[in-house]
Amino acid sequence: MTSRVEETGSTFDESHPPGGGKQVRRLDRVVIRFAGDSGDGMQLTGDRFTSETAGFGNDLSTLPNFPAEIRAPAGTLPGVSSFQLHFADHDILTPGDAPDVLVAMNPAALKANLGDLPRGAEIIVNTDEFTKRALAKVGWSADPLDDGTLAEFRVHPVALTTLTVEALKTTSLARKDAERAKNMFALGLLSWMYHRPTEGTEGFLRSKFARKPEIAEANVLAFRAGWNYGETTESFAVSYEVAPAAKAFAPGRYRNISGNLALAYGLIAASRQSGLSLFLGSYPITPASDILHELSKHKNFGVRTFQAEDEIAGIGAALGAAFGGALGVTTTSGPGVALKSETIGLAVSLELPLLVVDIQRGGPSTGLPTKTEQADLLQAMFGRNGEAPVPIVAPASPGECFGMALEAARIALAYRTPVFLLSDGYLANGSEPWRVPEVSELPDLRVEFATEPNAPDGSDGFWPYLRDPETLARPWAVPGTPGLEHRIGGIEKQDGTGNISYDPANHDHMVRTRQAKIDGITVPDLVVDDPSGDAKLLVLGWGSTFGPIAAGVRRARAAGGKVAQAHLRYLNPFPANLGDLLGRYDRVLVPEMNLGQLAMLLRARYLVDARSFTQVSGMPFKAQQLAAVISEALGGN
Amino acid sequence: MATELTLTAKDFKSDQEVRWCPGCGDYAILAAVQGFLPELGIARENIVFVSGIGCSSRFPYYLNTYGMHSIHGRAPAIATGLASSRPDLSVWVITGDGDALSIGGNHLIHALRRNVNLKILLFNNRIYGLTKGQYSPTSEPGKITKSTPMGSLDEPFRPLSLALGAEASFVARTIDSDRKHLTSVLRAAAEHQGTALVEIYQNCNIFNDGAFEVLKDPETRDAALLRLEHGQPYTVDGVEHLHDVTDPDPTRAFALSRMSEPTPIGVLRAVARPTYDSQLNAQLDQAVTERGAGDLSTLLSGSDTWMVR
Repeated sequence: MTSRVEETGSTFDESHPPGGGKQVRRLDRVVIRFAGDSGDGMQLTGDRFTSETAGFGNDLSTLPNFPAEIRAPAGTLPGVSSFQLHFADHDILTPGDAPDVLVAMNPAALKANLGDLPRGAEIIVNTDEFTKRALAKVGWSADPLDDGTLAEFRVHPVALTTLTVEALKTTSLARKDAERAKNMFALGLLSWMYHRPTEGTEGFLRSKFARKPEIAEANVLAFRAGWNYGETTESFAVSYEVAPAAKAFAPGRYRNISGNLALAYGLIAASRQSGLSLFLGSYPITPASDILHELSKHKNFGVRTFQAEDEIAGIGAALGAAFGGALGVTTTSGPGVALKSETIGLAVSLELPLLVVDIQRGGPSTGLPTKTEQADLLQAMFGRNGEAPVPIVAPASPGECFGMALEAARIALAYRTPVFLLSDGYLANGSEPWRVPEVSELPDLRVEFATEPNAPDGSDGFWPYLRDPETLARPWAVPGTPGLEHRIGGIEKQDGTGNISYDPANHDHMVRTRQAKIDGITVPDLVVDDPSGDAKLLVLGWGSTFGPIAAGVRRARAAGGKVAQAHLRYLNPFPANLGDLLGRYDRVLVPEMNLGQLAMLLRARYLVDARSFTQVSGMPFKAQQLAAVISEALGGN
Repeated sequence: MATELTLTAKDFKSDQEVRWCPGCGDYAILAAVQGFLPELGIARENIVFVSGIGCSSRFPYYLNTYGMHSIHGRAPAIATGLASSRPDLSVWVITGDGDALSIGGNHLIHALRRNVNLKILLFNNRIYGLTKGQYSPTSEPGKITKSTPMGSLDEPFRPLSLALGAEASFVARTIDSDRKHLTSVLRAAAEHQGTALVEIYQNCNIFNDGAFEVLKDPETRDAALLRLEHGQPYTVDGVEHLHDVTDPDPTRAFALSRMSEPTPIGVLRAVARPTYDSQLNAQLDQAVTERGAGDLSTLLSGSDTWMVR
């Protein structure tokens, strides 16, 4: 951890290159937001800039933000799609509260994002789209480029469409197709402004459009034209350098990774490390579908992906595969979890390993499919009939999705239980630099299937519910094993024999045993970050709020506040030291993107006066917002 | 199998007490299945019975094979995951008219169109038994039950028509009390590669007694039944047809599935079509052939990495 304060304004040095070239300023960090129509390719543009930036060695964090509609009406406010990227020469924790630079491809993109811009921000606008008609579509009667609306910003008017079409004159592309490359012109211009390496993007374009070399060349041409435009035109007098974040990273090999990709890789790694073949049963749902897409590419790892007829069949097939000895996984989002609940209950009763991955989104019901929220915690915790405890883990950053997938698998396999992994839209689509682990560092998840009769009476019988005294896990005997034929099901079982039992005392015993098994799962102790050593306030979060909370805490500390921070990755069971830790602080502040679900659990479990700070806007917390809340909790100090 | 299996019906009986109502048609089906399984020549440990919820779905508890008594309607989905990932197993689904056609209708039709290697035995008694006597999706219209004191209003499903509409590759019907016929249909289903749907008319002597009596009574059954045999002729409305279960055109099978007087029994359709599980597993092999076995380290690194020293 560094003590550097994040997001309190950029510092820069100026330099003029010899020979009277353009001025270069050195910044320690920048937040850029690309915004345009859903069809303008803003997510791709952002991804490419991110890739260039990651390769350059900056620390970074991203926030894609797009509507649920695939192509909302062009030029309208609901159709605006954006991609925000924060990069720095030091370690950073969030995609940034507010953009320093906005690239607005049309009036709607400008209007939708204007409110987020701080005074003095730079705006690059595509003036070609600022027609009367387009302005009227978003309710502007006058052109904001001329009427003083943008007086407090540094505006760079660029005829992006015209310049792109001009640059592609030599190609045989129709005007309409040529115009489509304007996002690459914008990317080229920004790449020049921030000294990004360009080879990666050119290579990417050539391989993406390998089957349409003409389109590939046009995009490369537009990209280069944008870069050259920055280099030559007078309207861009300054370019910026953000040095690599040399000290932010431990040594190693790095790549940029999104949460969903890291999760998919974590599942493949869990399959490898356990020696079990991976079976994914899933039904398409935003924002989880990318995991299905990714895993379906890796059949050469023995990965079976099954796109089911519905959410219920997705988890049903995964459970069936688990019965057969596979690592069964289902991936979904909140509404899908609701449909899967009955099968999760069956898995609790069958005591078979199963991973349930919930990429949370705004709810209830369909809610906000493309926006983030962490309001499924209580659903994961309690959303089943009967006493049906399920372990829950939650990664705190995109890269952590990899390790937490392995952890979820460890718990499921060792304790023969379904396990929830709670990610969310912010982690799923956001990305960050990730140290690529060596395979030798990964945990050993091998399991032993039952192979011999185990009846305590010495007969050759098999008792499917005869438990391991330490973990309380039952034996996993897979079909195909001679002599261990047995029947399991959702009706209450006699402990040990697994025979159907309606005996009151046995049911009471089984309910308590299933609970005790989950309560007894070994999870790492919670680590508190308290540099002062005598903080009275603990800020405790879980899941994707880690970045904004940590950034808010840094600010509060920079202002002299003594504040401790801890972040839960294990929500059921809680770390064994949690109760003790909570008791050490006078105040506990729990920021959550729900109405206080973790706070409710903490209050119920530990009788601690945990205070909630909540936001359910579909957007992540901002560092400034949390810094203010922390400062208030510290008594305004 | 390396060694000759000499199993008998007794080997397939579990140690659990059978708890259906005395006189239930399920007993006859259980006895027929236990009697038939040895002839499969498959070791007990390689056979799995998966069921949903309902009277019939207790079936797996009474068989000494691997088994799972799962969730109402979901057995085809669970069995699909098992059969797809374990093509070495013989996977059977036990279901009823409520389980398969009402709450589980979606899973049934999708299992059939996918042609997963499953044998689905649908015990049709045209009533909800375990919930004590409500009408089912196969009950005749106007059925007076506890939940329909003025008569049921729904048009019933014809399960075999539904299955054919869902692109089923194997469709058959038999009767609980006709052990010989039941066994012959089970044999045909077991031999079929892909999803086989076998509708078994089953008497619920408590809530819908005698539903199929006309098909069983020696006095009436010969006129009431149309016994189908592959390669043999049958006559409908004075017109003779040659029964060909392999006919790629399902029109004749569909016409048979709509008939009730007489009621066709036997195999209506058995066409060869690639199974879902074999194709899924072939894709895994193909991926390894084309790209080599997956290397985790290469995967994790991807193509775009940088070193921090």
